[in-house]
Amino acid sequence: MERAATAAEPLDDLLPAPVLSLQRAVRFGLIGGMAAVVVAAIGMVETFEARTLIDPFLALGLTTLYLASFTFGFVAGSPPPEREGFAKPKAGLRSLAAGAIAGVLAGVVLSAFMLLADAVNLRNIFVSVSPQLLELLTFGKGLGTGILLVLVVSTAVGVAGSAVHLIPAQVRRPIMYTVMWVLLVGLLQSVIEPVFRGLGLPSLIDVLYEEAGGLRLAGVVIVAAAVFLLSFFLGGKGRALQGRLDALPAQRRRSYISILLLVAAAIVYMIPRVVGPFLSEVLDLAGLYLLMALGLNIVIGYAGLLDLGYVAFFAVGAYTTAILTSPNSPRFTPEMTLWASLPFVVLAAALAGLLVGTPVLRMRGDYLAIVTLGFGEIARILLNSDALKETFGGAQGIINIPNMVIGPLTVRGPEVFFYPIFIFAILAGYVSLAIQNSRMGRAWMAMREDELVAETMGVNIVAAKLSAFVVGASLASIGGALFAVKVGSVFPSSFNIVVSITILVLIIVGGMGSVPGVTVGALALVALPELLREFNEYKFLMYGILLIFMMLKRPEGFIPSKRRALELHQDEVLQDAWLQIYGDEETGPQEEGV
Amino acid sequence: MTTATVGKKRASRLNFTNLFRWVVGSVAVVVIFYGSIKSVASGRLSWAQWRDLMVFGVAQGSVYALIAMGYTMVYGVLRFINFAHGEVFMSGAMIGYFVADALNRAGIWNEQPVVSLLIVLLVSMTTATSIAVILERVAYRPLRGAPRLIPLITSIGASFTLQYLFRGLFGAGTKAYPPMAAIQGKWIIFGIPILKSQVIVIGSAIVVMAGLYLFVEKTKTGRSMRAVAEDPETAALMGINVDGTIVKVFAVGGAMAGVAGALWTLVFPTVNFFSGFLPGIKAFTAAVLGGIGNIFGAMLGGVSLGMFESVGPSLVLGGYEVPAFNQLKDVVAFSALVLVLIFRPTGILGERLAQERG
Amino acid sequence: MPLFRTEGLTKSFGGLRAIDSLDMHVDEGEIVSVIGPNGAGKTTFFNLVTGLEKPDDGVIEFDGQPIVGLVPSQIIKLGIARTFQNVRLFPNMTVRENVMVSRHCRTRSGLIGAVLRTPAFRREEEETRRIAEDTLGFFGTRLVGYRLDQLALVLSYANRRRLEIARAMASSPRLLLLDEPTAGMNPRETVEITELIGKMRDEKGFTILLIEHDMRVVRGVSDRVVVIDYGRKIAEGTYEEVAQNEQVIEAYLGRPAEKGA
Ligand SMILES: Nc1ncnc2c1ncn2[C@@H]1O[C@H](COP(=O)(O)OP(=O)(O)OP(=O)(O)O)[C@@H](O)[C@H]1O
Ligand SMILES: [Mg+2]
Repeated sequence: MERAATAAEPLDDLLPAPVLSLQRAVRFGLIGGMAAVVVAAIGMVETFEARTLIDPFLALGLTTLYLASFTFGFVAGSPPPEREGFAKPKAGLRSLAAGAIAGVLAGVVLSAFMLLADAVNLRNIFVSVSPQLLELLTFGKGLGTGILLVLVVSTAVGVAGSAVHLIPAQVRRPIMYTVMWVLLVGLLQSVIEPVFRGLGLPSLIDVLYEEAGGLRLAGVVIVAAAVFLLSFFLGGKGRALQGRLDALPAQRRRSYISILLLVAAAIVYMIPRVVGPFLSEVLDLAGLYLLMALGLNIVIGYAGLLDLGYVAFFAVGAYTTAILTSPNSPRFTPEMTLWASLPFVVLAAALAGLLVGTPVLRMRGDYLAIVTLGFGEIARILLNSDALKETFGGAQGIINIPNMVIGPLTVRGPEVFFYPIFIFAILAGYVSLAIQNSRMGRAWMAMREDELVAETMGVNIVAAKLSAFVVGASLASIGGALFAVKVGSVFPSSFNIVVSITILVLIIVGGMGSVPGVTVGALALVALPELLREFNEYKFLMYGILLIFMMLKRPEGFIPSKRRALELHQDEVLQDAWLQIYGDEETGPQEEGV
Repeated sequence: MTTATVGKKRASRLNFTNLFRWVVGSVAVVVIFYGSIKSVASGRLSWAQWRDLMVFGVAQGSVYALIAMGYTMVYGVLRFINFAHGEVFMSGAMIGYFVADALNRAGIWNEQPVVSLLIVLLVSMTTATSIAVILERVAYRPLRGAPRLIPLITSIGASFTLQYLFRGLFGAGTKAYPPMAAIQGKWIIFGIPILKSQVIVIGSAIVVMAGLYLFVEKTKTGRSMRAVAEDPETAALMGINVDGTIVKVFAVGGAMAGVAGALWTLVFPTVNFFSGFLPGIKAFTAAVLGGIGNIFGAMLGGVSLGMFESVGPSLVLGGYEVPAFNQLKDVVAFSALVLVLIFRPTGILGERLAQERG
Repeated sequence: MPLFRTEGLTKSFGGLRAIDSLDMHVDEGEIVSVIGPNGAGKTTFFNLVTGLEKPDDGVIEFDGQPIVGLVPSQIIKLGIARTFQNVRLFPNMTVRENVMVSRHCRTRSGLIGAVLRTPAFRREEEETRRIAEDTLGFFGTRLVGYRLDQLALVLSYANRRRLEIARAMASSPRLLLLDEPTAGMNPRETVEITELIGKMRDEKGFTILLIEHDMRVVRGVSDRVVVIDYGRKIAEGTYEEVAQNEQVIEAYLGRPAEKGA
């Protein structure tokens, strides 16, 4: 949205012309140093160092550590915001100086930590602060030389961070992409290798990668050249293509789109074959999370009900499936097939949705969050309890859930299981999109916006809330059923609060209400930590930080739904708009340009 | 233009919700009543055992009450559930552990129990206060005036961040406080033998809460807190530094959580990175139970919930001969929360909240 | 028989009697203005009628049917739609969607239809859309074209008011309650709304109950004016009649610093 010039303008006259401030550089340097210390003290550096990015000199551990200096060097060196009436602030030597100051200070803080760790045995308290860590931080050169090196490297990296501002704009993007992709290709060796092997290109692996791990220098050059050229020449072409497609007559466009869909289907069909069992397993997991995230997206993103106990519906789905299909279910053993049980599974989840939804009908949004959280915990405790062991098997859960059978085919193994998960995820995505533009979808959104007015305009709040819970619960229960069948057993420990929070993070990061956003979120946040085992250790920490970061900086998510994009900044926008109340609409500054 | 007059409160209730309340209410009353009568009549527990359960409940409940102060004061001023408050509590107990461990290894722990406990208390308070204040500054202050779910989601993120930061820094293992000989055994109080640790917990909680009450009612800072809770805009017009006051609210809430952290370890002498989660939620329940925003309410709610949680399973579930009913005590606590919110969302003593802004 | 009628309607907030034994009626096709000083209870009256507040006592009848105790969504379905004094739109929905929401009570398709895209669903969706756009067209070009797909929050204040009126109109009400539709508008916009209110009755056949502080508007459109003060009806009649009324003059002049009187 184009911000119209507002009444804030006169205030700006009172402020001095924009300059880079020393204070800022110092502050960001210190923060960067502390971030680096934390990264080291929680053991990230040591754990991550096992993954070589570029052989032999760059591994993930120290890269992560100095990312702090880089980031805060970048921030410290960023030119102050442009202000009307002043020359556009330019990045220059001052930027570099700011970056250097931030880098030095970060290094100083880190060195202080190293000195402390050397002098005192911190290991009793900070479990990861070991001699090995110190060895790593000093580059294996002993404390004195090590500290000197730390200061030099940190400063250099800080300057490099601030130097980003000096790169001319037209090459900045290609260069950034190149660096990012080189690091990414190095990082994802364990993903790329099986893919190449599956594609029948094993020779390429040897060109790119060292056997023991890490890109070879030749690999770096190849990747860099490829990415740089591609991004330099192809940048922005995607949009042009989209435009061309839109310009086609409807009939032709439809046939093009169906061809594209067929190609996409063929590619999807090939995916599990190409990527192999391990990657398929990861994709399956991401798919299950995606399925559930799409369900929760309806409850939170569409209807605005912050449900923190969503895992309970997942559990209902999994346990109902287990009870109905497994011969080992402790109390009832109807031994149905999965497909016969599925209607009952969805029905059970829908009932659970009503059960949770009814008491919270008239609750304030934040109370609703806590109460649903409570319901999630109640579900887990009950499943785990000896009191209901006769039905749910207590901590031992229910095992021996039979495989999924489709006609003559038994679905077994992660590669084959990819297909049903994928199909159900697609269905869930379709259902989400279909509902969004329908009578009920609008009623949900109206309710999210203003419950009282929605009701006054004819929306039956009871029906709207309950149906949101029921639809969300049904999707989660299908996820649960697939999960139970895939794993072959269910245990209460799988239905932990962190599942609910993980799904929440996917939605928030992707963009509330946005189906593509949730999809990318599931891939990036669920699949990635699975692929890189060392990330798994710090996954939840990252989720937490991401939640805070998103709320502070990008509440609409990274891939916002069109609708939602402006929403969370509405206070700002409204303020603008309110300034216009008494202005004549036709002659006043136009507030409506988006 | 005049102010909005479409009330938030709705007079007309849906038949559906009314029916639901009626059904749930009657079932709950019958279940609780019948179970209680049966379990008391069965005589499985002696009177002394019931009494011990109650005292334990009061001890546990006074810790809930202390934690609940943080929730209730912050909610009173900002109308926002600081979901990370449980972790503030945990941070106090966690850092306290390292001090206790050091004291123990230095041989001071059992030599100078009073001094040791005071040191742990002080460290726990300082830690929790600092974390609460940092949280406010970094995560919550930039979100003043944002739609209500935004700070709530942020605080969920903060809660997760703190948990896993502590896990990363201090390890995932559960840490056991060193045993202290001086607080083993019982004291006879009014003819009732009570565990010394519980006496200390209840006594300290009473002292601290009395102090808090005096602080809020009698000091200038306390007055400005009440003013901000009443109406932040007017308070600002009256020359009160609203941001500064809010920081102090967080600091006081954090300090209370710190005290709670230290006291909690007297009753349950272990701590790990996840220890804050359940007490946090229960303390929030206590705050709602008493009437959120209401300091007396939080005290009352805390003690009631503690009692309910310790006596409830034996009393109600025991009557139905539910096997291993003690596993279900959290279910009892959460059910209490749900029932309160269904039947009396404003709590026992009523809410005291800042006026809705905007 | 009047279309709408109240008898002995009473509502207190604590000790304050916001509405005090109010008897009034509106005939089919009439435009009735409710006026009174700030805090007289006008908005409270609307809230009682639309089911947002529950009266302590008294009767509200619409089309011969008592409506006290119904929930708001039932009341709009019977044919009473309203706007709010402090414009309350769905800010993050598009202009068109805002209006489409109020068709909720006149449509019936459910989730299954939406997922399967049944012909019935598509027909209804198409019709809802058409009615929404037609209704917006009532305000000339102001809310159509590219504006249809803008979020409501980017609209100007006057357009928000118009959109809110359109939203109420689209629910095909028989009785339309407008709470200060011209508040905050400039004189030209006020004139325009005044004309539109007349048009609404003449072309769309709505019966209109209007709260208004701007006496030019009241004089311009009202068949009848009801004056309330402290929740009581103190006068009723044509604009000229009530303007002469001693009690009315006192009610307005007796409280200084009232606006618009
Ligand atoms: N929900 C409520 N709770 C308590 N008092 C209320 C409530 N709603 C309205 N009131 C009071 O009832 C009285 C009538 O208010 P109402 O909004 O109906 O006045 P009004 O005639 O619409 O005034 P205005 O011209 O300013 O819009 C006022 O004194 C108001 O403060
Ligand atoms: Mg009014």
